Amino acid sequence: MKFPYSETVLEHFRHPRNVGKIEEPDGKSMEGSPACGDMVAVYIKVAPETNTISDIKFESYGCASNIATGSIITELAKGKTIEEAKKITWKQASDALGGLPKIKAHCSVLAVEGLRSAITDYEERHGLVKEKIPTTVEAIRKRLKKVMNPVTGLDLVRTNLIKDIYLKDGNARVVIDMPANHQFAPAIKEEIMEKIEPLWDIKKVEVKFTE
Amino acid sequence: MGCKMSGRRIYLDNAASTRLDERVLETMKPYFFDTYAVATSEFAYTQGIEAREALDEARGILSKALNADPEEFIFTSGSTESSNMALKGVAQALGKKKGKHIIVSKIEDFPVLHSAQSLERQGFKVTYLNVDGDGLINIDELRDSISDETILVSIQHANQEIGTIQDIDGISNICREKGTLFHTDATHTFRRVPLDTVKLPVDLITVSAHTIHGPKGIGGLYIRKGTPIAKWMDGGFQEFDMRAGIENIPGAVGFARAARLVTYLENTRMQAMRDRMIDRILNEIPATTLNGHRQKRLPQNVNISFHYIEGESITLHLDMHGIAVSTGSACFSRSLQGSHVIYGIGGDHERAHGSIRMSLSRYNTMREADTVVKTIAEIVRELRKISPLGEESHG
Repeated sequence: MKFPYSETVLEHFRHPRNVGKIEEPDGKSMEGSPACGDMVAVYIKVAPETNTISDIKFESYGCASNIATGSIITELAKGKTIEEAKKITWKQASDALGGLPKIKAHCSVLAVEGLRSAITDYEERHGLVKEKIPTTVEAIRKRLKKVMNPVTGLDLVRTNLIKDIYLKDGNARVVIDMPANHQFAPAIKEEIMEKIEPLWDIKKVEVKFTE
Repeated sequence: MGCKMSGRRIYLDNAASTRLDERVLETMKPYFFDTYAVATSEFAYTQGIEAREALDEARGILSKALNADPEEFIFTSGSTESSNMALKGVAQALGKKKGKHIIVSKIEDFPVLHSAQSLERQGFKVTYLNVDGDGLINIDELRDSISDETILVSIQHANQEIGTIQDIDGISNICREKGTLFHTDATHTFRRVPLDTVKLPVDLITVSAHTIHGPKGIGGLYIRKGTPIAKWMDGGFQEFDMRAGIENIPGAVGFARAARLVTYLENTRMQAMRDRMIDRILNEIPATTLNGHRQKRLPQNVNISFHYIEGESITLHLDMHGIAVSTGSACFSRSLQGSHVIYGIGGDHERAHGSIRMSLSRYNTMREADTVVKTIAEIVRELRKISPLGEESHG
């Protein structure tokens, strides 16, 4: 009998490394949402003199590949410089795990994004963001690619649910092609707000539904 | 990996399929090696006549289990085919004559749901009835949905995932009163929950052998005398000229034997195991929700959502402990969609994500039930330790 998971995936799933929270982390992130799918939280500690990740922990609300990727990504990132850790790709994580089933890509990519977001969080909090790029409609669309459409398990952009994005003077409006009384409408709205609001030049976010 | 020997495994996915009973196999054997002829007319050769007799006897036993006549029971390849035949056969027979409206519930199993969707693409109108938090349809909503155009109502006897048993008495009588045909998918209730075609005006019933320790690949469709339904498969004149194809005689004989082997005592035993598992899990493991009705429930079904953790992870850990269950999590399904049944009862993604179905059979024991509860409690505790959600973050 053969599982679709490699021995390494199963090993990390059974005994995940670096699990838990870091009290007072230098950077942290939460990717995904309970309403829409798997979630990963990543916490990092950075040694300022070397600019390396001195400690990293993760938490997972997800399937085996989500847990295993979270585990491997902490191993790959530990001891690396911020710049090196930023460049770790899903492919590298997947290779280190001996491969992941294609269908599981979307739940494992969260851990990689979680690491990058934790680093961004660290940089933002420590005034390390070099240039502030003005937000564009495209930048918003890119962020919306991280919001899942729970009906299909794919993101809002790929499932054509984004009807329109308006952006003027720091006011953003996103129009979603689903009725406001849809069972997932409130969860989607909340998640869009969470993704767009932190952008440095956005003052107000509005989410509208069609019908 | 540390898989235990298959003999020591605990199998709790009996809603998907059951282990064949040896006694069923013994009954089937002669029809592979001795009486392998087709079921011919009584004017042909001996083997064919014996085959015919065996088929008739099996049909007699199975129709009697529904308190029906033998001519009202036809063999199919399983419940998927039976439900396809019921919906599409009636649609073909009445679509032009009477109307193009069909009513099903939102939480039907895929054979009914996808047949309805297929008919929808062909121009039929389908009403998908909502269910309440326990999975029950609203009788008044059903009554209001039936129009002169309605040709068929198809509501399952009990749900495949959450085990909720519908009020077939009320539903069938409304359909009769309104003059529309009624089909029920009884895949999970046949021989477990009584269904009597004399007492209740049900017109079509889907049944299958694979849920009661019979062989796979054999099922049946009860068709009340006089029900307008088109011939399903073209070919010979088998099954009262309703469904062509060489009869699956070993299957039919095995199905009948399997049906006879189910006892009231066995169903009561399973119900006791079910209740013990539900009570223990809800009492001993925090943040759990029972899916489905507590009382109007299949004797063999347990379905519980474990909050803050994901079902595929639970399933995989249980498998490593030699326990087989199933989950409504999107991560588990090939389509990456969470259970439509959990969404149907008003559950969100999170509830579907952590839902685990444990379905019992003749071969499970109370001891196994206790082992499973204990193992799940440990796994849930471990997985919650690594989850970013939970009591504290949820306040």
